[in-house]
Amino acid sequence: MAAAHDNDAAQKGGFRAWLNKRLPVDEFVESQLTGYFAPKNFNLWYFFGALAMLVFVIMILSGIFLAMHYKPSETAAFDSVEYIMREVEWGWLIRYMHSTGASFFFIVVYLHMFRAMLYGSYREPRELLWILGVLLYLALMAEAFMGYVLPWGNMSYWGAQVIVNLFGTIPVIGPGLVEWIRGDYGIADSTLNRFFALHVVAMPFAIAFLILMHLVALRQTGSNNPDGIEIKAKLGANGKPVDGIPFHPYYTIKDLFGVGVFLLFFCGVIFFVPTFGGLFLEKPNFEAANALSTPDHIAPVWYFTAFFAMLRAVPDQQLGALIMLLAIVVLFFLPWLDRSPVKSIRYKGWMSKTALVLFVISFIVLSYLGLKPASDLYVILARIFTAIYFLYFILMPWYTSVEKTKAAPERVNYHA
Amino acid sequence: MSDPDNLPDEADTSRRKFLTAATAATAAVGGAFTLVPFIASWRPSERARALGAPLEIDISKLEPGQMITQSWRKQPVYVVRRTPEAVAGLAKVGPSLKDPQSDASAQPVYAKNEARSIKPEFLVLYAACTHLGCLPKQYFTQGEPTLGADWPGGFFCPCHGSRFDLAGRVFNGSPASLNLAVPPHKFESDTMLVIGLDANAEGAA
Repeated sequence: MAAAHDNDAAQKGGFRAWLNKRLPVDEFVESQLTGYFAPKNFNLWYFFGALAMLVFVIMILSGIFLAMHYKPSETAAFDSVEYIMREVEWGWLIRYMHSTGASFFFIVVYLHMFRAMLYGSYREPRELLWILGVLLYLALMAEAFMGYVLPWGNMSYWGAQVIVNLFGTIPVIGPGLVEWIRGDYGIADSTLNRFFALHVVAMPFAIAFLILMHLVALRQTGSNNPDGIEIKAKLGANGKPVDGIPFHPYYTIKDLFGVGVFLLFFCGVIFFVPTFGGLFLEKPNFEAANALSTPDHIAPVWYFTAFFAMLRAVPDQQLGALIMLLAIVVLFFLPWLDRSPVKSIRYKGWMSKTALVLFVISFIVLSYLGLKPASDLYVILARIFTAIYFLYFILMPWYTSVEKTKAAPERVNYHA
Repeated sequence: MSDPDNLPDEADTSRRKFLTAATAATAAVGGAFTLVPFIASWRPSERARALGAPLEIDISKLEPGQMITQSWRKQPVYVVRRTPEAVAGLAKVGPSLKDPQSDASAQPVYAKNEARSIKPEFLVLYAACTHLGCLPKQYFTQGEPTLGADWPGGFFCPCHGSRFDLAGRVFNGSPASLNLAVPPHKFESDTMLVIGLDANAEGAA
């Protein structure tokens, strides 16, 4: 293949041949795009990986420009954000792109993860692809949390207080660890400054690296598809999967269409409801950080509230933090918990289908409960749905192996 | 020059392995030591430590039933002057507390008593909820409508609903497990409270 390419390039001559002799551009495009075959039966759910990449790019670009005006200090941070909003030309747009982008990042990533659960994309041989994805999710959570602290509003401050103190629940090393993270005896200038460094330098590098690994792993195994069967099992005369189509131009065009629809929603929020009723930008954060005044009701931004509800549901702080941690750690084990002979929900039995529906409901209800004050009723509900969340995983080896499944087809279902 | 692909038979591979391992181990130790300044740079700086010096508070203007909030080491500290009725009420709530004797909670030895104070009249507390560090709000009125008719007066954390009595002791059913911590403090005189310096074990200055 590579030899044939060298000949092509040599025949073309000119700059392209000169370039390809020094940088394998054509070879890269051929191996990664035009010669990379993806299943032909992708549906709506397969937009979200590309959209996550798009949001990442939006966040990097808008973030670079915000960093040109933002000042990471206890005394100047809040004012510099207001300065961006009121006095920097188009500053409000760049800032709303970034704040709306944070929420859309999680919307897109949650849908992307749900797709993997729906069609068993985490199953062998894609376990590592899934694990890299969960690591990306964790990195994204850290990035979002530190970014949320930067505007130095009162919710930034108290959110940082609550999250950093979670590390204090670790036995023995906890209190020292918390002081080390903050660099002071409370959330202070030093904390803000180091979160800024991590948010704009360290975490973006880590996330970019993980995205690269995620893509390399994807190219190695190939994409799963809604039927959950391996298209590589049926190769045509050209050595390519008969149920596959070249990623470029077919899926690049499809993804471009998805980008158009996505941007309609994204711009709609930026222009008409940038705070999204206090969900994307919380109301107490329009007040500057105040160490002596807790907001009446502290809740994280919506994308963390499911885990926050779990934390509150447990009447013991160490156990609560542990449950919250486990809720994410359990995701790493998903590839080995699913024992079903088929990957896709299309061919799984009623138990798997019911379990997935209950799981989604529990995540949504917990997210809602985490937004609300902890009343007695809500704490009881949070306990019930936390149990359902975990039962989805704990019982999975059982219900996926005992239920009656349909046989997965030989070829993918595709209706042109 | 020997061809690296065709090692001569006499090549001492065990020596080579030893040297490789020794080099790697030395580099690992060096690398670990190089991490020290970077990790240590996250600790509170000299300035932050200097700003954490003891704090003097004049309590002569504090009336019974009143509370003031001061900041020491970036942490809000509550100073409450309890009424005699409030002090007397502390004995009655014992059964509904998680840690009535403050055995598991954090306080200096001289404040490990029912009133959790040197002088029963004055309560000094870190204002950070022991659950996750929010500020418990003062609800000193008995039978506060939002907290129920049997509310004996105390603190309520708005974040996750932890309840504390007027000695900062946590009530059963709260997400917090420990009583509000008492900072080191002592009385320099009858009207001067110092936060950040310890009284001796008997509580005298």
